[in-house]
Amino acid sequence: MGKTLAQAIIEAHSDDKADIGNICQVKVDFAFANDITAPPAIRSFRDMGAEKVFDSERCAILPDHFTPNKDIASAQQAMEGRKFAREQQMLYWEVGRVGVEHAFLPEKGYILPGDIVMGADSHTCTGGTLGAFSTGVGSTDLAAVWATGESWLMVPPTIKVIFHGERPEWITGKDMVLALLGKIGVQGARYKALEFHGEALGNLPLDDRFSISNMAVETGAKAGLFVPDAKILTYAEKRASRSFNPIYPDQDAQYEQIVEIDVESMEPLVAAPHLPSNVHRAKEFSQVEIDQVFIGSCTNGRLRDIEMAASILKGRKIHERVRCMIIPASYEVYSEAMKRGYLEIFASAGAAICTPTCGPCLGGHMGILAAGEKCVSTSNRNFIGRMGHTESEVYLSSPLVAAASAVTGRITDPREMEEQE
Amino acid sequence: MNRMIRGKAWTFGNDIDTDVIIPARYLVTNDEKELGKHCMEDIDPGFTKKIDNGDVIVGGENFGCGSSREHAPIAFKGAGISCVIASSFARIFFRNAINIGLPIFVCPEAAREIIQGDIISVDPSKGTITNETRDREYSTSPFPPFLQQLIATGGLTAYVREKIQHKGKD
Ligand code: SF4
Repeated sequence: MGKTLAQAIIEAHSDDKADIGNICQVKVDFAFANDITAPPAIRSFRDMGAEKVFDSERCAILPDHFTPNKDIASAQQAMEGRKFAREQQMLYWEVGRVGVEHAFLPEKGYILPGDIVMGADSHTCTGGTLGAFSTGVGSTDLAAVWATGESWLMVPPTIKVIFHGERPEWITGKDMVLALLGKIGVQGARYKALEFHGEALGNLPLDDRFSISNMAVETGAKAGLFVPDAKILTYAEKRASRSFNPIYPDQDAQYEQIVEIDVESMEPLVAAPHLPSNVHRAKEFSQVEIDQVFIGSCTNGRLRDIEMAASILKGRKIHERVRCMIIPASYEVYSEAMKRGYLEIFASAGAAICTPTCGPCLGGHMGILAAGEKCVSTSNRNFIGRMGHTESEVYLSSPLVAAASAVTGRITDPREMEEQE
Repeated sequence: MNRMIRGKAWTFGNDIDTDVIIPARYLVTNDEKELGKHCMEDIDPGFTKKIDNGDVIVGGENFGCGSSREHAPIAFKGAGISCVIASSFARIFFRNAINIGLPIFVCPEAAREIIQGDIISVDPSKGTITNETRDREYSTSPFPPFLQQLIATGGLTAYVREKIQHKGKD
């Protein structure tokens, strides 16, 4: 019986057979934590009696959540991670050179095709875009990987997701993954892996694919995998920090379920409060007035996202009622956006441009919502209280919908902007 | 993890996410007691003042979905919650709970039938949940052998400690 991509990668990293439901001990290629999840991981690491991380070039700490330090407590926490990284001589990048972990690590070539990657952050599944089995774990699990270079995985069944048809201009990877969430719900893939296929992926830019893998965890999935194609391999080869071996699913792989999505007939979408699966056409909410727009995060803070926002905001102004925060997800994105003149466009439009950080995505800092406020956000979660007060509301969308909404002051289908012209 | 558990049930619905279990604004510490003070406050303000030590959380499907924050099961422990019973758990929460020693039980029937305030007792070694108020007994779905072994060793930290010590002797 043929293997899915998830099975094939797990089997290549284990002495155990990767039959569905088996628990396999696997070798891990890369393991990281952030400023919030590192301190408990460090504590567990010490409790385990471990002294040295298994490989200092494959273990990393990235300060991105509450950094630049938002208060004294978060400064202390960030310091704990920094000190440990120095002690262990592991990979660490300081504010000013870093980015949101799931945007930054693939850019730097630390997550590669065929890898098993574990990160103490649920959106580690973003790495699936590169054909890696990349999955989020808690801090103690991560500490065990740092200590031993290994972990356990229960081999998941895979749902094959097929994106059919030709993608319309206004449809982004974010809309595609929202459509999937609307269809299978927040636990449709619980304990499972997703494997993405279909002709609509052919001309889908890599940055859009990252948005799709990123929200795999919102369906409950362990991993959201793309099969390496020329685009993925070129990206990885250009950036790789070490050698890698791409792995592919078998032709006769057995999928537990097939979910088909017709991209051709899609319209721009939003996920309304308070679940990422509460998905509707953006149009349906055109009466909803908003107070804030956030364009950024590990879902949509990459260059193409910033470029899409710029394409809408060019020559336009942010609505007077609206605060618009634009946060490139990494320093590479930030510098490139500067070179291409996007930051200039944002500043002229009246948006606030911030240094790469998770910031408002998790209600951390730089854009917390007050009671009753509504925000359109390009991030991945709209749970109660996610971005601030429990009575605030978050609508998740693509950068196109977000930027268009920032201009009109209400939730807006970006096609409206075209009609205006 | 094999201690007998007995307490009052606090019931919640499906898809209880880690942002409501412990909101991000409190993630500037990993102190169990400190986190425990704010457990569930965004979904049930004043929750931690209402509960008694040893009380039981009962959830629906996909309990603990969302972020990987280990602070979520830690907050339950800090609040004095003795265990969580749910129809199903989100995978990272599931791993985290086992790793930090918060007892969790998968039991859709119990999760469906228990009503807030019922007195629940659990015998982890037998895998039975008893609703004393309604005189009903349920069996929990057993964990795979590897996880049972992990729990018996005292959780992942103890398991890795043994592995490291063993390696040292090789
Ligand atoms: S940007 Fe948001 S979702 Fe992504 S890692 Fe940061 S807090 Fe998590």
